[in-house]
Amino acid sequence: MARSPMVGVVVFPGSNCEHDVVEAVTSVGGRGVLLWHDQADLGGVDAVVLPGGFAHGDYLRPGAIARFSPILDAITAFAADGGPVVGICNGFQVLTEAGLLPGALQKNRGLKFLCKTVELRVATERSALTCSATPGSILRIPINHFEGQYTCDERTLATLRNDDRVVLRYVDNPNGSMDDIAGICSEGRNVVGLMPHPERASDELLGSADGRVLLTSLLVAAGVAVAVAV
Amino acid sequence: MTRFPVLVEISLREGIADPQGATIERALPALGFEGIADVQVGKAIRLTIEADDADDARDRVRQLCDRLLANPVIEDAAVTVLG
Repeated sequence: MARSPMVGVVVFPGSNCEHDVVEAVTSVGGRGVLLWHDQADLGGVDAVVLPGGFAHGDYLRPGAIARFSPILDAITAFAADGGPVVGICNGFQVLTEAGLLPGALQKNRGLKFLCKTVELRVATERSALTCSATPGSILRIPINHFEGQYTCDERTLATLRNDDRVVLRYVDNPNGSMDDIAGICSEGRNVVGLMPHPERASDELLGSADGRVLLTSLLVAAGVAVAVAV
Repeated sequence: MTRFPVLVEISLREGIADPQGATIERALPALGFEGIADVQVGKAIRLTIEADDADDARDRVRQLCDRLLANPVIEDAAVTVLG
């Protein structure tokens, strides 16, 4: 039997969703391990998740300091080799600051901190986070952010649309994101950033298990065959 | 080498929504302040830097802005050498 894909969950000072991600990844058949931000290698993991929280206190801007953590060099090299990398919420902010994904996350329209379950429409199955999902399907997944308004210049937005790189869209845009964008992927489709928290929708007990199909996709993208029950 | 005090003012780029500025502006009439418009919220960062001269100080702080202090996707940075 093939071994479970190992998912490295990066812990910055101020991250606070890392244990939830480990738990959720394990529940869909993976093996989550924590990776401290100060280390220069990824310890042979098959996929990387940058979890939510407030890396380095979100000082200056969310993700601005985190991108200088030593592990980011290893993640950049891993991503360049096609390794699956997912940034959730603060992790998405880190990926944009690090230049692994285009655009930026701005303060929410209306200046409200948003903490609620929203509906997302799967825009493409061509990404490391949606390869097992059905395009057009609706997922109920919580958001929990103040700076989640996706912003980029018009040329970048046109590129994202033309290249089918918008991965998830809000059904009812909660934060003013351009084009209702909740998640995007890189040109290679292996780096994905999203504001919603799939790990918080990984069991019916939490109110929704719709995040499991995303986490399962990540394990599939990790390239290791595992028996997974969605 | 001389030490120069520098002021970096970071503002949102034109066309980028400024919800903080808009919120402050909306609150002003309730306080009795009338006729105020174009409220924009940014950041001010003060630092000192060792440099050959003021031009050198400005150039190096501009590089610092490009790499860290501002996010060019959404922000502009104005650098003023105060010394």
